Amino acid sequence: MNKFEYAMPQDIPQALSSVQHSGAVFKAGGVDLLDLMKEGIIAPSRLVHINNIEALKVISRTKDGGLALGANLTIAEIAELRELSGAHQALPQAAGSTATPQIRNLATLGGNLCQETRCWYFRDQNFSCSHKGGSQCFALQGENYYHALFDNKSGCVRVNASSISIALVALGAKLRITSAESSRDVSVAEFLVAPSQDIEKTHILERGEIIEAIILPASKPHQRSFYYKQKEKQSFDWPVAEVAVSWVQKGGVCENPTVILGAAAPTPWRSKKAEAVLAGQKITKKLAEKAAQAAMSEATPLSQNANRAKVFEAVIARVISWAGGVDPLQEGK
Amino acid sequence: MTKDVRIQVGVADNLQEMALKVPKNDPRPWDGNDQLKYIGGRTTRLDGVAKVTGAAKYTFDMRLPGMLYGKFARSPYPAAVVKSIDYSKALKAPGVKAVLPMQEKLPFSVRFVGQEVAGVAAKTLNQAEEAAKLIEIEYEVKNFTVKLDDAMKENAPLVWDVQVKEEASAGDIPGQENTLPQVGNIRGPNVSARNATKEEIDSLVNASYVTSEGVYRTQVQTHSAMETHGVVAKWDDDKHLTVWASTQSTFRTRKDFAERFELPEANVRVITEHMGGGFGAKFGADTFGVMAAKLSKVTQAPVFFMLDRKEEHWAGGNRPSSLQNVRLGANKEGKLEAIKMLCHGSAGIGTGSGTGNPFKNLYPCEKLYVEESDVFTNAGMGRAFRAPGHPQGIFALEQGMDDLAYQLGLDPLEIRRRNTSHEVRLKEYEIGAKKFGWSQRNPKVAADSGPIKRGVGMANSVWYYFYGTGFPATIQVNSDGSVEIMNGVQDIGTGIRTVLAMIVAEELGLDISEVKVKIGDSDLGAGPASGGSQTTGGITPAVRKAAYLAKQKMREVAAPLFGVSPEQIGFENGRAHVLGDPSTSLGWQQVASRIPGGQFKVVAERKKDYFGNQFQIICGVQFAEVEVDTQTGVVKVKRVVAVHDCGRPMNRLTLESQINGGIIQGVSYALFENRLLDRNTGHMVNPNLEQYKIAGSMDIPEIDSTVIDVFKGHNSTSAMGIGEPATVPTAGAIANAIYHATGARIYDLPMTPDKILAALA
Ligand SMILES: Cc1cc2nc3c(=O)[nH]c(=O)nc-3n(C[C@H](O)[C@H](O)[C@H](O)COP(=O)(O)OP(=O)(O)OC[C@H]3O[C@@H](n4cnc5c(N)ncnc54)[C@H](O)[C@@H]3O)c2cc1C
Repeated sequence: MNKFEYAMPQDIPQALSSVQHSGAVFKAGGVDLLDLMKEGIIAPSRLVHINNIEALKVISRTKDGGLALGANLTIAEIAELRELSGAHQALPQAAGSTATPQIRNLATLGGNLCQETRCWYFRDQNFSCSHKGGSQCFALQGENYYHALFDNKSGCVRVNASSISIALVALGAKLRITSAESSRDVSVAEFLVAPSQDIEKTHILERGEIIEAIILPASKPHQRSFYYKQKEKQSFDWPVAEVAVSWVQKGGVCENPTVILGAAAPTPWRSKKAEAVLAGQKITKKLAEKAAQAAMSEATPLSQNANRAKVFEAVIARVISWAGGVDPLQEGK
Repeated sequence: MTKDVRIQVGVADNLQEMALKVPKNDPRPWDGNDQLKYIGGRTTRLDGVAKVTGAAKYTFDMRLPGMLYGKFARSPYPAAVVKSIDYSKALKAPGVKAVLPMQEKLPFSVRFVGQEVAGVAAKTLNQAEEAAKLIEIEYEVKNFTVKLDDAMKENAPLVWDVQVKEEASAGDIPGQENTLPQVGNIRGPNVSARNATKEEIDSLVNASYVTSEGVYRTQVQTHSAMETHGVVAKWDDDKHLTVWASTQSTFRTRKDFAERFELPEANVRVITEHMGGGFGAKFGADTFGVMAAKLSKVTQAPVFFMLDRKEEHWAGGNRPSSLQNVRLGANKEGKLEAIKMLCHGSAGIGTGSGTGNPFKNLYPCEKLYVEESDVFTNAGMGRAFRAPGHPQGIFALEQGMDDLAYQLGLDPLEIRRRNTSHEVRLKEYEIGAKKFGWSQRNPKVAADSGPIKRGVGMANSVWYYFYGTGFPATIQVNSDGSVEIMNGVQDIGTGIRTVLAMIVAEELGLDISEVKVKIGDSDLGAGPASGGSQTTGGITPAVRKAAYLAKQKMREVAAPLFGVSPEQIGFENGRAHVLGDPSTSLGWQQVASRIPGGQFKVVAERKKDYFGNQFQIICGVQFAEVEVDTQTGVVKVKRVVAVHDCGRPMNRLTLESQINGGIIQGVSYALFENRLLDRNTGHMVNPNLEQYKIAGSMDIPEIDSTVIDVFKGHNSTSAMGIGEPATVPTAGAIANAIYHATGARIYDLPMTPDKILAALA
């Protein structure tokens, strides 16, 4: 690992000025950053440690009844947050399924959203892959069981690693991005960058910008949400399939559904096809299965991951059923 | 000079008297009737507190004054020739003290990604890592092959252009070195036949009432011990080398260093006070050990050289892969009539992938034909791994047996009963079936109606009793009564340290706290290598004998104090008394205070067993219950009932830990672990413990284990080994349970969701 400076600003302005230094990066929990440094993928000259900044740990109500969550809240804190039950439960469900208890105690919301893909070619410095500025995607013809099932035609078949982002996109959350000059709110969906937009980028942040907070819109009456991560192991494991959904359900009928797939594409994958099947319909096990099939009909599996599409189909159907209050494991319809 | 003894031998409480001649100064062997205080009981590890508090120092924890850190520059190519090495940049890097090539003569070949090319020593680990990257190596890159099936093709790039000789390690089954034909990347076949030729075996199988055929594949599993490989090497002067090593054999390691550096063995000392697991991959000086000692010599400083997790996966050894073609034939009653098995497996650039032993040794079958061939690939070398060849072979053989049973409409346990007459095995079936509730199983497959289906299955273990001879155990009794037991044997985590204290305390009638165990140091006398499950069976008879000799000495010291002859003295509860008259007694310390000269030492050697080197099977059976999610393909192992034997149990507590560990590692092998090499570059894509998946606490099933006591009287303790047999049947039992749950047979390890779904489709 390279040598680096370590800065410990006490407030946001200090942090923003400290990060102006060339080669400087923010360090929150440091879970992803240190992994990348140890693997020689990045070699920042200065780490700006932002965990001491109280303003990044605040939880507050927004004017329109939404919730602003400071970017430095830990994943463990999010998993336990009382305010996040009911309509917003997909978020604590995602937080509670992320990584391991130890990591959740350290890792932050902001860091989780900015983390890099777990693609094993990206994370190995021997592979100069397209996402690192190289000329090819090694996964495309390589070991790609865990790689993208959707949006995998743009020269990088990585999948987005952030479980939190899946839930946040389903809930329509925004990020407050602040720089020395200004502040803007951007949806999580727009924050993450697909290879077709810019193959090397993971998110839109520019140097000198910090995520200050995550803003959840006020929940609507009868809104519900659900998140589930399917693992191969029972102990800590990355997802083979992960799904977050949210909609308004009155009299069993689903309105304005969002169906978001994680570990599926370079960014959270929104299945408009599944949403179209659900919209205006009464949620049943059958309907959930139909929506799942519709979602996966768009998949374009790589050489080794067609069977993972089948796992996905089962998980999508289950998550829709669970969200709708139907037991997917029950016999019959 | 011998004496006659009569002892009770047998299985559990089914005992018979046996007359035996034993050497005159041997203790009477412990038998089935002996009521012992420690042996066969449950004693917590003597070093347990030190281990969980971090006070125990492993090789990894060694820090010596002036110590440097070593690191390798490793090949990024799976096949290449190293043409030149330029050290100039590395030598100028901060903290660097020395850089040395792996081989003196250039050019030399490298045959897998991660093979060692040069070593560097620097003041900090980080400096060494950075400097290793600055070593400029010129490679001539060659064609390579990493997949078993590709490597077997006629036009595949050659991994070796020379004849490969098998290098046996202490973890291998003895007597397996052989010279075999080598054509292309295939070395073999090694043929074992019983009453059938290759030409005959197929027609014999075909003529059977039922047949089972299958092509089984198993993956490469890395040992992934908690403590990685490594040493700290320190030259005390030009001719004396001390090495702290994470090793399964202090003596093999000492011998290696002595040979490599042309030193008398007496000048090399190897210390392994505590050790964080090896599973068969840690014998000898190894590449890092030699490099550490070389770097230490040129820098005149101690050198710490431990692998990191990535290096461990690349170059620390592994369980070879296998591709097994199995054909079994049985008669109407389910009795096996013919076994055919052809296997190819890859131990990377190494040998030893055979899976034939379970086929040859589990069931008595008159007609058998087995071929085993190694296929070389450009991958890290396989090494002995917890019952080499056996979990692989059992995965195939026991699924075949299961298949025969279902074809015949027989209970899978019943077909096993019909194919064995082994008393221990039959007893284990009885106990296991009862504990598991086997009789309540639904004979139908895929009987559950919902998407999540439960199933049960079972499989046998088979292993063998090995031991070495000549190990000297030394006991010293001091004037304050303190007792030291000394031998160089290493405790690789199995608990032998505690067992030694138990034996001495038992024999001398002392409390275990009064026995000090000194092990893990080659200066203390040769001990067995911890491979082949032979540590306990190998060293305990010598230790007991030494304790017995110490007791005789103490009798001599005590006799005049009571005014009787030595034979009339007994020791119990820390006191000496006249046998048959406990009314007057003296404390052990009081007696010891009269030892002439203030201390004495006795040495006893591990001799051949009373029956010589008899081939003995260690049995074992495991029953598994699984839950298969037929929509997601995810398998959960809910429960494992295990019944094992290992002669006379010494410490049941650490024995159960071995069984638990064997099952956990077996579950992990069955469902998760898989060393994955990129087919295009030969790089391992998952060289960590995150994407190389290992069972975690939530993946561990409920485990119920029973050990049945087998008293053979073959030596004074009757102990045998358990480390390996405990992991042999797990994957096979799980595979059979998956079949019972779903009606789909999985021929390919690990049994991941995608394979389950494909089999169900
Ligand atoms: C074994 C393991 C398992 C895991 N499993 C999962 C999982 O199942 N699901 C999942 O989602 N994740 C998983 N993770 C990833 C883990 O959750 C992330 O690494 C972690 O959330 C990163 O958060 P952090 O605070 O440590 O970020 P850091 O490592 O500190 O930072 C990561 C990146 O975010 C930037 N950053 C951090 N905060 C801000 C901010 N406020 N503004 C601007 N930029 C910022 C940093 O500059 C850096 O580029 C796992 C990780 C491990 C090691």
